[in-house]
Order: sequence, then C-alpha cells, then structure tokens
Amino acid sequence: MSDFEPKIVAFFCNWCTYGAADLAGVSRLDYPPNFRVVRLPCTGRLNPKYILEAFKRGADGVWVSGCHPGDCHYIAGNYHARRKFVLLHHMLETLGVEPGRLHFSWISSAEAIKFQEVARDVVEKVRACGPNESFRKAELGLAEVA
Amino acid sequence: MMSLEDLIKKIQEAAKRALKEGKAEVVLGYQAGTTPMAVAPLFARTEGDCDKLVWSNFAKTNLSTYLPELKDKKVAIIAKGCDARSAVGQVVEHQIPRENVYVIGVPCTGMVDLEALKSKEARPVAASDEDMATIKLRGDGWETNIAKEEILRRNCKTCICRTPKMADEVIGDEVPSMTPDDYADLKELAAKSPEEKMAYFKGMVKDCLRCYACRNACPLCYCPVCFVDETRPQWLGKSQDEMDTFVFHLLRGFHCAGRCTGCGACEAACPVGIKVREFNRIMEEEVQKDWNYIPGLDWEQKPPLTTYRPDDEADFIR
Repeated sequence: MSDFEPKIVAFFCNWCTYGAADLAGVSRLDYPPNFRVVRLPCTGRLNPKYILEAFKRGADGVWVSGCHPGDCHYIAGNYHARRKFVLLHHMLETLGVEPGRLHFSWISSAEAIKFQEVARDVVEKVRACGPNESFRKAELGLAEVA
Repeated sequence: MMSLEDLIKKIQEAAKRALKEGKAEVVLGYQAGTTPMAVAPLFARTEGDCDKLVWSNFAKTNLSTYLPELKDKKVAIIAKGCDARSAVGQVVEHQIPRENVYVIGVPCTGMVDLEALKSKEARPVAASDEDMATIKLRGDGWETNIAKEEILRRNCKTCICRTPKMADEVIGDEVPSMTPDDYADLKELAAKSPEEKMAYFKGMVKDCLRCYACRNACPLCYCPVCFVDETRPQWLGKSQDEMDTFVFHLLRGFHCAGRCTGCGACEAACPVGIKVREFNRIMEEEVQKDWNYIPGLDWEQKPPLTTYRPDDEADFIR
C-alpha cells in the first residue's frame, strides 16, 4: 500500500483558505499535491451533497476549509455552515465512514503555515485510511475524480 | 377513557363546528378504508362529509403531508400528536400561513404496527374491528383479539406528544406521554468499528426499491424538486447501485434533521419494511444534544439550521 496516493477533493472558501493556499504557494511552502480544489464563495455555499458526491465518485478523502468563525465575508455564512457540518460529520461517522476521510478546518488567508501543516496532515490521515472502497459507486457511469 | 364511538362523535362535531364557524373550508381527517385494518384520508367540505369521519388505531399516515398543497385554503386538520407537530413544523418553516391552519388535536394512545400484528396473526384477515385498546380480527372460521399495547409502532412507544397541547383545540381525554427515546441502540452502535457500522446500515437498506414512498408520505418533504429527481447535475443515479440507495437514505435522513417529529409515516409507507426512520433518529439525537431542540412543540420556535450561536461547539474542526 506504500505507493497509494490518495485523491482528495478540497472545498475552499474564496476569501480565506483559497488565499492561504495561494500564499503558501508564493511563499514556496511545500505541501503535497493530492488534493483537487473546488473554490467556493463561502463554506455556507457548500451543500452536503457535494461531499457525498465526491465520495461516491471515488474520492478517498474530502477536506472543507473556510474562514474562522466571526471572520466570514458574508457575516454569518460559516456559522450556518458549521451547524450543517456538525450534523453531516455525525451522520457520516455513525454510518461508518472512517473518521480520517473527512476533514474540516478554519484557515485565514494569512495562515499559509497552518495551511501547509493541515494539508500535510489531511493527506497523511487519508493515506492511512487506504483507498475508498466502501463509500463509492461500483460503476462510475460519469467521470471519476481525476 | 372515552370510547372510540364517543371520540368519533366528538371528531365529527368538531369538524362540523370548524366548517360552520368559518375556521376552515375543508377538514382533513380519516374515513373508513376499503380493506380491513386501514383508513383513508378524507377531505370533508360539507356537513354530510363530516359524518364519514372516523378515528382508528390504524391511522398511520400523517395528514399534514397535504397541508403545503392546500396552503391557500383555510384547512382544519384532525391531528394526533405527531401530525400536529408536523403542522407546527410547516408553519415555522413558512410553508403554510398560521392563520390558514386550524389544528383539531386528538389525544392518541399509539397506532398499530402492521408488521408486528402480522407476526402475531399471520392468517389472512377478512374483517377487523377495534376499540381503544383491542384489535379484533376475523378470518375464515376464526376470530381473535389482540391487545394494542403489544403491537404498537416503535415510534409510538417513545412518543413525547400523545396529547397535542399546542393544537387550537383538543378533543377527548388527555393522555400522558411516554418515556422519550434514549437512543440506547445508537449509543451501542457508536462503539463499533466503521466497517461494522457501514455493513449494518447497508444491510438495512439492501431491499430498497427506491420507490420514494417514504419521501412522498413525509410531511417534511415538500421541496418542489427533490434532490433524487434533479438531473442537471444528477446527484443520484437511477440504477439499483448500492451506493445510490445508501446516499438516498443518508440524505433523506439528513434533510429531516431538526424537523422529524417521529410520526412513522415513512416506515408505514415502505413496501419492503425498511426501518427508514433510523436515519432520522441519528439526526434527532444529535440535534437534541447539541442545540437542545425538539421540533414541532411551539408555534414560535426557530428551526435550528436557520439560526446559529457564535459559540456553537464543533471540536472536530481544526
């Protein structure tokens, strides 16, 4: 399993974590290239079915990251998102999705170093879970996560 | 306790009164079904219609499912506790105007689980009769009585709202509530490994035909387009893929978070006997634990996912 490279779908808020990823890049901070980023206007935009869809299409992990509570560009988007995450996280944990597959974080656009640390950790945790075999479609009629 | 005949008389009187006093143009209630052990919905518009109204231990559907479609009319609904809670939920979610719904609450001692009944009496039933506590069945050359207590639905055993006190009027004698659900089975399940949990829930839904009867029977499922019917993009495949079925049940349960009143209409509607409410219970427990919220008890309450607190706890977010 040592050559297994996980595929991770990352949902980043445009106003913070996406900026942090940018800053990490221009600061030449090294982080693993295992995730495919989907840019959102706010974590409040994230419909839980996007996360399920990513898993269903074969993603090994999902990482959602947005602004720190209190710092939302739209005042309260991430507060509302947080309540949805609490429920979805609990639902997936109860139904038997390994805890290491789904990650949430708050990373501001200035926190390039936190971004690097969390990115490395997320990839390692998903790698430890191994390929996603239990929570994906048997036949992926449509494009699988590239 | 009031007899079933007296209760039916009171329901008919209340329905006629609601029509006469202009509280409603139509009264939603139950009428006798065409087969044994069943009732059908009745939309009573005249006094004559009201004479057909009945009450039964087999009234397992939730009539508030019809309310959003009738939101422009003044509707009175004959509601047991869980139905009344669903109507409250639809009002606080702004699906029906408060002034257009008049809830006639009927204290309820629980409804019969047909699966449990079949396990006690497997012979084909030709006719049924009932009073408040006993189900009387007749078949070809046999007759038997079953105590209702022994064949109650699971959700009725943990009902917290047997008497809908928030209703506009309550008829019949008040009935004390049951001990609330302690979610012991979910707590036990939480200690198991992810593989065991996944196998348990996949096994639970393996017979699902995806007929969506659970969705159609549910008073919460009023979206104009359900996620299962969306095609661009298509979130759920149309085949019998195990994962599509699993995600359907997962999301259906998720969408009921903080809204499900445990009326059991989904399970009663399921043609293959899937315990679909298990998914709702997962959310029910979490919503109660995190935000101390129980849906459908108060006309003024604010649904938990439409609001927030700056100090909401979420220790899994780093």
